[in-house]
Amino acid sequence: MTDIKKVSTPLTDEVVKGLKAGDQVSITGVIYTARDAAHKLLTEAIASGEELPVDFTNQVIYYAGPTPAKPGKVIGSCGPTTSGRMDAYSPTMMEQGLKGMIGKGPRSKEVIDSMIKNNVVYFAAIGGAAALIADSVKSAEVVAFDDLGPEAIRRLEVVDYPCIVAIDSEGNNLYELGVHQYRVTE
Amino acid sequence: MKEITVDVISAAVKELCIDAACNLPEDVEKLLREAVHKEESKFGKYSLEKIVKNVELARAEHAPMCQDTGMVVVFVEVGQEVHITGGTLQDAINEGVRQGYIDGYLRKSVVGDPVLNRKNTGDNTPAVIYTELVPGDELKIQVLPKGAGSENMGSLKMLKPAEGLEGVKKFIIQAVTEAGGNPCPPVIVGVGVGGTMDKSTLLAKKALSREAGAPHPDPAYRALEEELLEEINKLGIGPQGFGGKVTALAVHIETYPTHIATMPVAVCLNCHAARHKEVIL
Repeated sequence: MTDIKKVSTPLTDEVVKGLKAGDQVSITGVIYTARDAAHKLLTEAIASGEELPVDFTNQVIYYAGPTPAKPGKVIGSCGPTTSGRMDAYSPTMMEQGLKGMIGKGPRSKEVIDSMIKNNVVYFAAIGGAAALIADSVKSAEVVAFDDLGPEAIRRLEVVDYPCIVAIDSEGNNLYELGVHQYRVTE
Repeated sequence: MKEITVDVISAAVKELCIDAACNLPEDVEKLLREAVHKEESKFGKYSLEKIVKNVELARAEHAPMCQDTGMVVVFVEVGQEVHITGGTLQDAINEGVRQGYIDGYLRKSVVGDPVLNRKNTGDNTPAVIYTELVPGDELKIQVLPKGAGSENMGSLKMLKPAEGLEGVKKFIIQAVTEAGGNPCPPVIVGVGVGGTMDKSTLLAKKALSREAGAPHPDPAYRALEEELLEEINKLGIGPQGFGGKVTALAVHIETYPTHIATMPVAVCLNCHAARHKEVIL
């Protein structure tokens, strides 16, 4: 494989601009889990002008809901969920200053447009490789919406979390480039 | 009459749930290992290598291979000579799911109401249970914990008979194309053709309970499965949707007689974590 780019969180605009679709990266720092139910609550809070439980400025959201930690472990299996379900909420989160998203699968045009406008990067992790990914999580703490169980917002400290830049801040899209290259047409 | 107590059923379901989450069946793993060699794309190969490594790690550490440990679909075949004692079959299965998901540290992914109040039930119950009465004195329980990432990409179409075989093929290819990278490819494609609207979707799900890659017993359907697999793997979607030659690991078709005026086709996709485990009591 090619060189792995080391990325630390929170992200800066310079770092985001330097990441290109197809780059292999490893992320170290704090990331926040949030998925369907948490996004619904967050965007409702934004709409009604309430303060959010987490300041997402320059932060990275990880679309994930882990399995419970076994005794002696910091977290259970913790892979990415399908990002497309968060498409309806993501532009609102980017307007709040969110700089990165980690998930799996393609994004909508609206999300990509907002990524270009707000200088945001979308990383893809390997869906279903959840036991492997859990190894890079060094601490996990619920910071909001505890009653949502697996859907609560968790603050994760990760070291060398492995992923790929799937869509960069210029809108270059690995899902389109890669599929186009391998499609066989007669 | 053979008596089976509900406790025995619950204990069996509990073990099946935990085993399914942590221990990928050998049939699926074999197809994944073959896929690593077939795949040519850089990120496709990278993904498959990670997926296989994850399967090994999950088994060694007895950890769930995917955090989405699914909603549990259970196919039960009850022999007519079997007498279940101590309670109902449905309660026994749900008790097994409850114990498996709590004691096995699996994720609870079920909400009690689908629309008005999506509150988590806290123990991954209820399961989706299909019961069939069969001859004999055995009770066969098969569990398929189904993740929603792939389940969301399923689809159904009531085709006109005039659309014929070409219409069936076109719809299946279209379903996989539209799913793209969402259902965690490489996928197993379950297809149900015939019956009624509901029957075709059940057949598509049941197709996923077949040993992965095992061909249809009818040579004509076997050929159709092979043809569709080849066509799907020309789509270029590849592992995780990053582009590549392996979009599907297998196509399984199940059929049923149907009405003269219809031809229902359902497609149910399974991610590469194609979990299925069974026991005969």
